[in-house]
Amino acid sequence: MDLLNHLALGFGVALTPVNLLYALIGSLVGTLIGVLPGIGPVATIAMLLPTTYGLQPVSALIMLAGIYYGAQYGGSTTSILLNMPGETSSAVTCLDGHQMALKGQAGAALAIAALGSFFAGCIATVFVATVAIPLSELALKFGPAEYCSLMILGLIGAVVLAHGSLLKAIAMIVLGLLLGIVGTDVNSGMARFAFGIPELTDGIGIVSVAMGLFGFAEIITNLEGSQKRELVTSKVSSLWLTKDQFRQAWPAVLRGTGLGSVLGLLPGGGAMLASFGSYALEKKVAKDPSRFGRGAIQGVAGPESANNAGAQTSFIPLLTLGIPENAVMALMVGAMTIHNIQPGPQVMTSNPQLFWGLVTSMWLGNLMLVVLNLPLIGIWIKLLQVPYRVLYPAILLFCAIGVYTISNASFDVSQTAAFGVLGVLFVKLECEPAPLLLGFVLGPMMEENLRRALLLSRGDPTVFVTRPLSLAMLLAAVLLLVLIVLPNLRKKREEVFEESET
Amino acid sequence: MPAIRHPKDFVAGLIFLGFGIAAIVLSSTYPLGTAARMGPGYFPRILGILLIVLGLALALRALRLQGGPLPQWKWRPTLVVITSVVLFGLVVTHAGLVFSTIGLIVLSSAASTEFRAKEALISGVLLAALAVGVFVIGLKLQLPIWPWTSGILPWSS
Repeated sequence: MDLLNHLALGFGVALTPVNLLYALIGSLVGTLIGVLPGIGPVATIAMLLPTTYGLQPVSALIMLAGIYYGAQYGGSTTSILLNMPGETSSAVTCLDGHQMALKGQAGAALAIAALGSFFAGCIATVFVATVAIPLSELALKFGPAEYCSLMILGLIGAVVLAHGSLLKAIAMIVLGLLLGIVGTDVNSGMARFAFGIPELTDGIGIVSVAMGLFGFAEIITNLEGSQKRELVTSKVSSLWLTKDQFRQAWPAVLRGTGLGSVLGLLPGGGAMLASFGSYALEKKVAKDPSRFGRGAIQGVAGPESANNAGAQTSFIPLLTLGIPENAVMALMVGAMTIHNIQPGPQVMTSNPQLFWGLVTSMWLGNLMLVVLNLPLIGIWIKLLQVPYRVLYPAILLFCAIGVYTISNASFDVSQTAAFGVLGVLFVKLECEPAPLLLGFVLGPMMEENLRRALLLSRGDPTVFVTRPLSLAMLLAAVLLLVLIVLPNLRKKREEVFEESET
Repeated sequence: MPAIRHPKDFVAGLIFLGFGIAAIVLSSTYPLGTAARMGPGYFPRILGILLIVLGLALALRALRLQGGPLPQWKWRPTLVVITSVVLFGLVVTHAGLVFSTIGLIVLSSAASTEFRAKEALISGVLLAALAVGVFVIGLKLQLPIWPWTSGILPWSS
């Protein structure tokens, strides 16, 4: 019954007109940027973060969360109609979704993507609500040593499950940690790596890092390539499924939701991993795997359900343990800090309205999305016809205004631009920027907990292996690293991620 | 001298190595403290050492692994995009949101190979109106709209 009480409390918060409005704005903005290739949820949330200063914390978080799951709805539209992922998490949807569109089944593909997402969103909301309480109770038992080990486990997990070179990803994390501690040291009051620049003594802003590495770098690299794109169809007929299609799709939706919910929980997980994992699973369980890549409806239904489920359950580690597991969650930490909320297990007890309001708003947002999204397809198609040469200056403008208004400082804009150049360099060298952002957010937290753990143990480093919970997490981290170095698994990991490229 | 077979990894390794060395050098003046009472220099130095080790490992491994060549860096998009954004940040308090927006849009549009001046100008004017509506009127952010409302001209106050 507790759960029902909590949900009632949450709906009480989420159903107020103001919060409904922000859930709607967030979902719509999310869908919009999901549809548009070339701008993702990370850059958008960074862009809008400064505008949430004036809002109630719960409204701010409701809106920002809406952007993340809204983007999962929008991303599929572009994948299906344009054969180009609107979001990375919809990359696999291109394979079969676009084939369906070529066969004249664009409407069915869009419908199953939206319905599957909605179903997954409902289940994932309940999942968040049930898992959150026990997890946060566990987290309350954590001391500084456990937190350190948990962060290490989280960061290692994040690089193991991400694609690309492991060594580079770990180096990116460490670089992120280092950038995270720029600024005044809380214990000694000493300014570190500030080069005498007053703005740097407050630390580097997360908005600058995220917007530069994800927003600007993406635009610049897009501009280096060709900007041609072709819409397969500007007319989508009958947004509905035949009985036969429905019968084929629903088991895939169920599997995608289950897999996505679990993968969303893992460090480094979230929408992208969920969709890739689900596509691989669908191919494996199919009676005739050769149909995949030629317009199999399961190849749309599974991943599209999975990415929405994963997007939502990836909030669990953030809300219960205070540990962000992907780049979007790292920004949510930034959003919570702006409003003086320390993410972690205490949020649920000290601020239950915020916690349950956010969780229930996800369900409401999903409902709005499925109701609005199908009728709005026509508008999204129009938007896709806007050429990139008109679109990207507008994105740049909103980024520039967003970052400038954080503290009305041109320094912030220049700093963001610098991270943009660094981001392009990382793209050229194939270094994934997401681990850097995670490290950046965790840097100060990690130093603080390391300090406290060693202070309590009087400088004895064995504290990390003598406390059982801490030891277990460190062992899990080592195990992950060993597994990934083993050639067998390494191959499998590459296969899962290369699915989209073949 | 052994050949560099994986230039991307090699350069990435050197960059991490550079950051690591910089971290160690810069933090060498910060008090180290002891493990039980860490000074502000303790954690940065751990990270610096880690970066040096990881950077070296990457660079050395690049002598053995095989990888594609370094991609080209076309300077025009980077230069134009970065310049237009930095300029916007520098002038917006003085020139006001309207002119800064038009400037940013027209200038940054030139980064594309499909640049069309007239189209960019129209887009700039429309976006300036939108930006004023959303950010100044809607969200009430502290941004001057015109140069004469920014307080830098003698007759404005």
